[in-house]
Amino acid sequence: MSYTFLQNYWWFLISLLGGLLVFLMFVQGANLHLGNRTLSELQKRMILNSTGRKWELTFTTLVTFGGAFFASFPLFYSTSFGGAYWVWVLILITFVFQAVSYEFQNKKENLIGSQPFRVFLMINGILAPLLIGTAVGTFFTGSDFTVNKVAITDPAAPVISSWGNNWHGLEAVTEYHALLLGCTLVFLTSILGALYVLNNVDDDAIHAQMRRSIKLSILPFLAFFLSWTLILLVRQGYAVDEAGVVSLEKFKYLHNFLQMPVVLVMCLLGVVLVLWGIFQGGYTKSRGGIWPAGIGTVLVVMAVFFVAGYNGTAYYPSCTDLQSSLTIRNSSSSQFTLQVMFWVSLLIPFVLAYIVYAWRQMDKKKITGSEIGSTEHKY
Amino acid sequence: MDVIAWSRLQFAMTAAYHWLFVPFTLGVAMVMAVMETLYVVKKDEFWKKTAQFWMKLFAINFAVGIATGIILEFEFGTNWSNYSWFVGDLFGAPLAIEGILAFFMEATFFAVMFFGWDKVGKRFHLASTWLTGIGATISAYWILVANGWMQNPVGTTFNPDTVRSEMASAAAFWEVISNPVAVSKFFHSVTSGWVTGGVFVVGISCWYLLKKRQQKFAKASILVGSIVGIVGSFAVMLSGDSSGVHAAEFQPMKLAAAEGLEDGGQRAAFTIVPGIKIPGMLSILATHDINGYVPGINDILNGYTDNEGNVIPSVAEKMAMGREALVALSIYRTTDDPSEKAEARYALEENVQYMGYGHLEKPEDVIPPVGVVFWAFRLMVGLGMLLLLELLVVGFLAWKDKLDGKKWLFIAALICIPLVYICGQAGWIVAEVGRQPWTIQGLLPVNVAISSLSAGAVKTTFFLFLAIFSLFLIIELRIMIGAIKKGPETPNE
Repeated sequence: MSYTFLQNYWWFLISLLGGLLVFLMFVQGANLHLGNRTLSELQKRMILNSTGRKWELTFTTLVTFGGAFFASFPLFYSTSFGGAYWVWVLILITFVFQAVSYEFQNKKENLIGSQPFRVFLMINGILAPLLIGTAVGTFFTGSDFTVNKVAITDPAAPVISSWGNNWHGLEAVTEYHALLLGCTLVFLTSILGALYVLNNVDDDAIHAQMRRSIKLSILPFLAFFLSWTLILLVRQGYAVDEAGVVSLEKFKYLHNFLQMPVVLVMCLLGVVLVLWGIFQGGYTKSRGGIWPAGIGTVLVVMAVFFVAGYNGTAYYPSCTDLQSSLTIRNSSSSQFTLQVMFWVSLLIPFVLAYIVYAWRQMDKKKITGSEIGSTEHKY
Repeated sequence: MDVIAWSRLQFAMTAAYHWLFVPFTLGVAMVMAVMETLYVVKKDEFWKKTAQFWMKLFAINFAVGIATGIILEFEFGTNWSNYSWFVGDLFGAPLAIEGILAFFMEATFFAVMFFGWDKVGKRFHLASTWLTGIGATISAYWILVANGWMQNPVGTTFNPDTVRSEMASAAAFWEVISNPVAVSKFFHSVTSGWVTGGVFVVGISCWYLLKKRQQKFAKASILVGSIVGIVGSFAVMLSGDSSGVHAAEFQPMKLAAAEGLEDGGQRAAFTIVPGIKIPGMLSILATHDINGYVPGINDILNGYTDNEGNVIPSVAEKMAMGREALVALSIYRTTDDPSEKAEARYALEENVQYMGYGHLEKPEDVIPPVGVVFWAFRLMVGLGMLLLLELLVVGFLAWKDKLDGKKWLFIAALICIPLVYICGQAGWIVAEVGRQPWTIQGLLPVNVAISSLSAGAVKTTFFLFLAIFSLFLIIELRIMIGAIKKGPETPNE
């Protein structure tokens, strides 16, 4: 296996993990409905118990996404996490509050009552997709950092990757194009959450609320998504040549789509599937919209990652120093490490298979109000 | 304090909190899996209710363990940027494997275990309970492969073209995953988790006996808990012995600090506490030979000859070679002249073994805080022995059904719960403080491993995480105490 193949393969896996992560963030989206005043306490607990059985998969996918980035593209890990410090810290804090909120919210000994923990879940529901989307948005807008490997020999300033400002990543929210992707993700995960609850919970009133929520979210979702996409297609991008020299290229991402027709088809198919899922959930009696929408989400996110990293593109560009930009060639692990991990990655289908099996076993019986009233093991 | 000190403090605090929850997960997973197996084999509802009670406490603990764990993983990047790049080629692989193989197993089967009692069959549920514990154990292996490599960096070479350590062959990868330090650490950490689980289950069960509640449940739990704890304790001792030998071989300064040994030699004495020594014992523990040579702090500073006859240079000499390596690396990376480049590469390869020392300011920088490591080691060993004694006594009396009325023993078992946590924390202090000033032994000192952040930024997140974790811990303890007071659903006999 050539080094180039392995680098491309690992970018593919990162893209797949990114796609699965966004899909699984239906958990975050569904939790936004905990603030819906038309739902009773029992109905809110049904939603909580529905997402409560899946949140660890989302969480684990996030951890694995981070771990896989560390393993395959460590220069991204060290540059982005060490540089865009505050963004990643904020994302992590919202996730740690989410992790404990399920377990804590319904216990009378939790010091601050049930409501604050539900608010934490809702904050996670907004901030996690917003910040993750905005962070991924900087893959196209660029960030303020430099990479200098000789620095490690300088005792006075030995850090290889340095961030150019004291906002340490928070400045991304002032970059409207990156922010548009964050907002797109907020509404997409909200729709996915409603589709998931529709599928997983047996309750007519909840179903009506979810369908209403889907209808309300369609317009803002499409507005943000289309604006982001249009700007992406016309903006200049960060091209990298065979020698590794980075330069600005007009319509780079449009060129990427056109020069990689498979990615274009994948993206369009994904969009159609998402829209079909939304239509099923919002305008028909079907409860299966989560599946086409979920698959569509994975396809679109993967296409976005492909456009960011393949076809001679710097996926984590530096707007301070173009030649510091990260590409899948200059930021990856060694050929041998990528090869070892290639063999390990062949276990992924097995992992997916047992997740699907366990998921099907658990979801054979939908969540009902009587179950929440009777079972001991619940949130 | 500077950014290095705050970064260290933040990582230490996160790791210390994380290690409050992980050993519980490892140990109680084993206890409840054994109990559920008894339920399936004996078809006795009593064991189901017993397993379910410990499972409830497991779930409360599990969530906070996950919350602290994710922070720990990402702190490698956020606070140790240079380190992430320097070791990413090697460290990343175990982390990714941990994610793919272990985390998904834990996450998937935890949900089945906790919510699936009425949704899946008995055997699938039992398999899920075991797989949750096995997932946690596999996870421990891979993260300890990474940690073991930081203590004993085998199987890699420094690549000046990428400025990082890299693995280059299947043999190197095998060296990394079978690193003796990692293997010992894995057994030592996992089985210390069994001790934690055992002591916890025994202690809480004794509380029920003290309150004369749920006596059948309590005695049954004591039997299972003490067996898991005793097996764990003996395994901890065995792996602890090999950890000592490995420290002597790969991290002699850590051993010297743990012993407060200023000047070493053959037939070195083991210090129980200052003033009380066992002659020759340290040589036996460190080299399995009473005549084995154990270097002290001054020997390491000034240079010595080890048991294989190798001459180990003084720290000052290593620093000089390290500086030559750094200068050569700088020239190699910046010059365009091919002959100068080749010369620099040669000089680098000659001295690269000590490149980490080139970053040190003075030879004494290699000495970790001796007092902290010395007393943490004694605390760990002393408490470990006490806990084993407790498990043996309570377990034996439970087996003979002679526990009734032993109030003093019940109180002692309860007191042992905080002690087992102190013991675990002390162990990690020995391992990690004893490694200072290195993030990677001999290769990368902490002052070069950091991110380019201000001390103020890290100080802010330190207090933020401290407040969050402390809040979580307080709430978790309150919820757990509430669940314990409520008790299991077994008949109150």
